[in-house]
Amino acid sequence: MADDPTTGSDDTTPGTRTAEIVPLRLPPVAEEPEPVHDPRLGDVDEFGRSERVREVARKAYDPLYRNWFRAEWDGLDKIPTSGGALLVANHAGAIPSDAPVIMHGIETELDRPVYGLADQFFKGAPFLGTLWARGGGVVGHPDNAYRVLRERKELALVFPEGTKGTSKTYNERYRLRRFGRGGFVEIAMRAGVPIIPIAVVGNEEAMPVLFKLPSVAKAVGLPYFPITANMAFGPLALLPFPAKFKLRVLDPITFDVPPDQPRYSRSLIMDESERIRQEIQEALFDMLRQRRSVWFG
Amino acid sequence: MGRRVLITGLGTFWGGRLAQAMEADPDVDVIIGLDTRQPRVKLERTEYVRSDENYSILSRIVRATGVDTIAHMFLVVDSTQMSSRLMHEINVIGTMNLLAAASAAGSTVRTVAVKSTALVYGSSPNDPYWFRESDSRVSPPRSRVEKNLLEVESYVRDFARDNPHVRLSLLRQCNVLGPDLETPLSKALRLPLVPKVAGYDPRFQLVHERDVVRAFMFALRHELQGVYNIAGDGQLPWSEITALAGKRGIPMPPFGVEAATWPLRRLGLVDLPPEIVTLLTYGRGIDNRKFKDAGFEYSYTTAGAVEAFVQSLRLRATVGRRPEYQYEDDVEQFFRHSPAVQRDQAEDA
Repeated sequence: MADDPTTGSDDTTPGTRTAEIVPLRLPPVAEEPEPVHDPRLGDVDEFGRSERVREVARKAYDPLYRNWFRAEWDGLDKIPTSGGALLVANHAGAIPSDAPVIMHGIETELDRPVYGLADQFFKGAPFLGTLWARGGGVVGHPDNAYRVLRERKELALVFPEGTKGTSKTYNERYRLRRFGRGGFVEIAMRAGVPIIPIAVVGNEEAMPVLFKLPSVAKAVGLPYFPITANMAFGPLALLPFPAKFKLRVLDPITFDVPPDQPRYSRSLIMDESERIRQEIQEALFDMLRQRRSVWFG
Repeated sequence: MGRRVLITGLGTFWGGRLAQAMEADPDVDVIIGLDTRQPRVKLERTEYVRSDENYSILSRIVRATGVDTIAHMFLVVDSTQMSSRLMHEINVIGTMNLLAAASAAGSTVRTVAVKSTALVYGSSPNDPYWFRESDSRVSPPRSRVEKNLLEVESYVRDFARDNPHVRLSLLRQCNVLGPDLETPLSKALRLPLVPKVAGYDPRFQLVHERDVVRAFMFALRHELQGVYNIAGDGQLPWSEITALAGKRGIPMPPFGVEAATWPLRRLGLVDLPPEIVTLLTYGRGIDNRKFKDAGFEYSYTTAGAVEAFVQSLRLRATVGRRPEYQYEDDVEQFFRHSPAVQRDQAEDA
């Protein structure tokens, strides 16, 4: 068997280069080849978005946005036309329409893409998750949000209530749930971008949850299993009611802290999170005071 | 005086390739390759030493040859290659013994590079789109190879902490695709119908095999310290990789893939270990910026690696596989050590 070279043969000393004892001359193998060109076929980017899919989705959703929900914006000029910003809104409806309405609205009115940060449930679900990612959704991981906001300097949309907002029943409508653990504030601080709160009215009536079936949800592995009023319409159960959508953009909130810190004061985060929740809540009450009709605004 | 390098896993794809690259480097004086099997590539001046997977011979070699650099390439990440017990023996016990020998009193080892993989990050729907070196995995490890590699990494971390005078780099490479390496992914892409998981089209990040070897050469030459992700730029959906290979996908049910592919596995047509099925479901991306910031330049992007692989597929479809190099021990020994060989003359030739 091959011994190690220092003990195996007499004519080599520990200082010998192995090169000196070898007469074999082989062509060098580590030569660099020309890098091959990029042969991309599709247009799916690193966030899983596809502009082709988004184009189709926009075309399909536009009638719903304009003629069904008749979405009406107030204070759209408060959303910057460049630079990152974190949009924060209230969340409701068994299948929430607020996300597509806000995303489609800003994309058509301001011509800026919005990255919708969603629960990981979306990515985990077959078909739905892929479609959501192609259409512009992003898994709501803090690191993903940071990249959208700070590196791409784009708009991101987040619903801090999460599934606690969408699973709430109709009798609790327009009462905001806890804003998670304030993670969205920390994301905005770290990315050094303002938070722009948006209050949405109309969404709660588009697909009201009458009651929930927790045991069914558990059995099929969903975060919640709602019985909605829309289910009375049988095959049209997935179509939301044509409630009038009104969206009010509130004043941007900036934080007086340096970006890119590993940690931020927990008390500051919780205070800011609660303040933003209060602002949206007050705005909702104000909008509801002025609303004459659920269907006509 | 140049470097004296020891490579583990010389008989593996990576060990052999790295040894070839080392031979081309004039700064490297001595290359010693350890393995249980003989090398499978042509080597000019690398000395092959047979060892068991526990490296019981290693401390003797380190003492006798005074190696200053170790490239630990003998880590098995393709769990289809062998039984989980042997894999544990090679990965965990082997690494433990290797690092013990390297840190023995009087050891001359000053630079170590260890090959790990992005498998340690796992793959789940809750993952960030790009794992950083400092991120830990989101989902708990389930497959045997992932548990193995996490154990290996913990040994490596302990070694780095206990031996601050050793410059240790741990390179986590993403899935490799290239003309020559056989992986479960490349095998899947060679099938007439490429398996995919119905309802999912995950993002994949790939690196060309040559870039991995270059990365090791770079890390050792610059004596990098710490953990580095090795991955080409960009991410491609699996459907696009399949399309680039000129193949069509065959959907597997999103649940119970194991059971569904059982007949194919028995027939030896497909071998998709659980960690690859998870990857085909959720995908994985890793952040390659730290290594690029250290000065490394990739020759291939993710799409470029796919293209290189596809070109080799086309070539292979016409001319078949290139024959493997046969290592003949007595012949190699004759050329390297026999006094009958006229070395000066060979030098001129």
